[in-house]
Amino acid sequence: MNFIVQGYPAFAYTGGRPFDVALPAIVFVHGAALDHSVWQWQSRYFAHHGFSVAAVDLPGHGRSPGAARATIGEYAQWVVGLLDAAGVQRARLVGHSMGSLVTLEAALRHRERVERLALVGAAAPMPVGAAFMQAAREDSPAGFDMETLWGHARLAQLAASPVPGVALVGASRQLNARSRAGVQHADLQACNGYRVAPEALADLAVPTLVLAGRRDQMTGFKAGETLAAQIPGAKLVALDAGHSMMSEAPREVLRALREFLS
Amino acid sequence: MAEPGPKPPHPDTLAVHAGQSSDPATGARAVPIYQTASYTLPDTDTAAALFNMETPGHVYSRLSNPTVSVFEERMAALEDGVGAIATASGQAALHLALVTLMGQGGHVVASASLYGGSHNLLAYTLPRFGVATTFVPCGDLDRWRAAIRPETRLLFGESVGNPSVDVLDIPAVASLANENRIPLLVDATVTTPALGRPFEQGAHLVLHSATKFLSGHGIVIGGVLVDGGRFDWLASGKFPTLTEPYEGFHGMVFAEESTSTAFLLRARREGLRDFGACMAPMTAFHILQGLETLPLRMARHIATTHRIVEYLAAHPAVERVHHPGVASHPGHALAKKLYPRGASAILAFELKGGRDAGGKFIEALTLFSHLANIGDAKSLVIHPATTTHFRMDDAALAAAGITPGTVRLSIGLEHPDDLIEDLARALKASQR
Repeated sequence: MNFIVQGYPAFAYTGGRPFDVALPAIVFVHGAALDHSVWQWQSRYFAHHGFSVAAVDLPGHGRSPGAARATIGEYAQWVVGLLDAAGVQRARLVGHSMGSLVTLEAALRHRERVERLALVGAAAPMPVGAAFMQAAREDSPAGFDMETLWGHARLAQLAASPVPGVALVGASRQLNARSRAGVQHADLQACNGYRVAPEALADLAVPTLVLAGRRDQMTGFKAGETLAAQIPGAKLVALDAGHSMMSEAPREVLRALREFLS
Repeated sequence: MAEPGPKPPHPDTLAVHAGQSSDPATGARAVPIYQTASYTLPDTDTAAALFNMETPGHVYSRLSNPTVSVFEERMAALEDGVGAIATASGQAALHLALVTLMGQGGHVVASASLYGGSHNLLAYTLPRFGVATTFVPCGDLDRWRAAIRPETRLLFGESVGNPSVDVLDIPAVASLANENRIPLLVDATVTTPALGRPFEQGAHLVLHSATKFLSGHGIVIGGVLVDGGRFDWLASGKFPTLTEPYEGFHGMVFAEESTSTAFLLRARREGLRDFGACMAPMTAFHILQGLETLPLRMARHIATTHRIVEYLAAHPAVERVHHPGVASHPGHALAKKLYPRGASAILAFELKGGRDAGGKFIEALTLFSHLANIGDAKSLVIHPATTTHFRMDDAALAAAGITPGTVRLSIGLEHPDDLIEDLARALKASQR
């Protein structure tokens, strides 16, 4: 469905059920140059199990018009704007990769709006290598290759897919390739430029889950471990998967989120 | 300039490994044959989640099966697609593509250079269900363009036509498809991903008769439909089956559910569910055995074919050889560009002496098997006008590039000298 956020239409997939403000809300936020469909195997489940779900397309992504934002802070404000638009006072926020920084920053700025926070494939800071950044700047297909191949466990295309008949790496690559010109670069710059003070993390009084993939080539497992250690009370769950763990290990991600969010 | 990105494994590696991990239950390295109709549901919540597509997994082997999935994912990897659906035959794959994209009132523009079975479905059977097809000469772009109507929902052709060996200009037809916001489906049975990948050339959907080179040994019937994930169904606005709520699955909007695999979702959740033309696990196993050697076999098929084309072209009993390797073939330059490793192990030729000579020739062959198939390890021969294309009148035959004297060969893996010796004897017999 469409909301109006910061004056523009904003698309969010609601998991096949109407968005009901009376139910506890979960907002899912995708990573760089992707869209809501990365949460296919989590969002629909929660929408059918007592939650209202908004898996958003960030501005300039998927079905949401407008320009991609230059900073994580701007995306975080947009997510809070979405809560306002949906009439939701407090929500559970779930973010992946760049989306993990967006939800983290939203929680740091507006902790009263955040019931729980789940960070999937997260690292703070999230530095982006020069070759990757340059490829994205040039809108080169190499940028999508890098995001896709590093964004999955090594040689993921040789392994059986948990989604029968779907080639996860290929599907992710084509989702990336649909992003509008300049969006990947804007997103990578937002990731690369994001800084969070250790004191701010130490002060984050929001129940937090960090889901980290042991075979993550993009935001290494150690980065997730470090982030979890910096947030008081944060729970770390290790998964045998790469960075795109929502599709690489859909059942395991769902189990961890279900235990944490319910 | 950006540095090149990390590269996926090469096709030879994908052919052996893609889509399969060692069996989690037993450690078996080969692909196990999961010969089961159904799957135990661990608890009622998981059962409901599986049925409602909240969680992925196997429910019933008509919809998916672990052995069949390995084949599907391997084909998707080889074609650089987003996923695939294995079907009971190549015909079932074509039918599945058509019914997923259109219903009554739909229209297809197809190359006239088609396998006889595909022509039957489009020309005779589907009109009864309200789907019409206009056939156009494979290489005549103006005719392709002129045939497109507001209700056209698909362009369809064979990468290399069977038996005419016409070469489809995939990039040109694909750009016509893009202009009209409709997808291009390519039947790549003759070329296989070992010789060319239609998605890289601009196609949106690919199908194969897996009976042929993919399995490679003439032992199974099977098909596969691969989604390139490159078509924007939403922007097109012409495909309500993918962009509007589907009453048959809880109002699901497939293009919303999965941006890049919407077509596959609908094809599996409706087409496989309701028409039921799924692949058996044993069949998938046999095809997978063949796929492992696809790049090796295709290289040999092509090398031997080129020797035979050369031999036949110089033979006094042969009027004309139809193969893109021949400089006078209309697809010669295009084939060089699209298929630098070779375009076809199928060839056709006209014997001097027409239909009678054709009969004598086929009956004098001993190594070539006279049968209706292509893409076997064994070399094959057939006379299309009296077999695969017998329903066509002379005009339709001519449009498909066939004359009463056309003989089609599918070159196998035997030693080329033995094949040439067999041909030499039979050619001599044909002129007596």
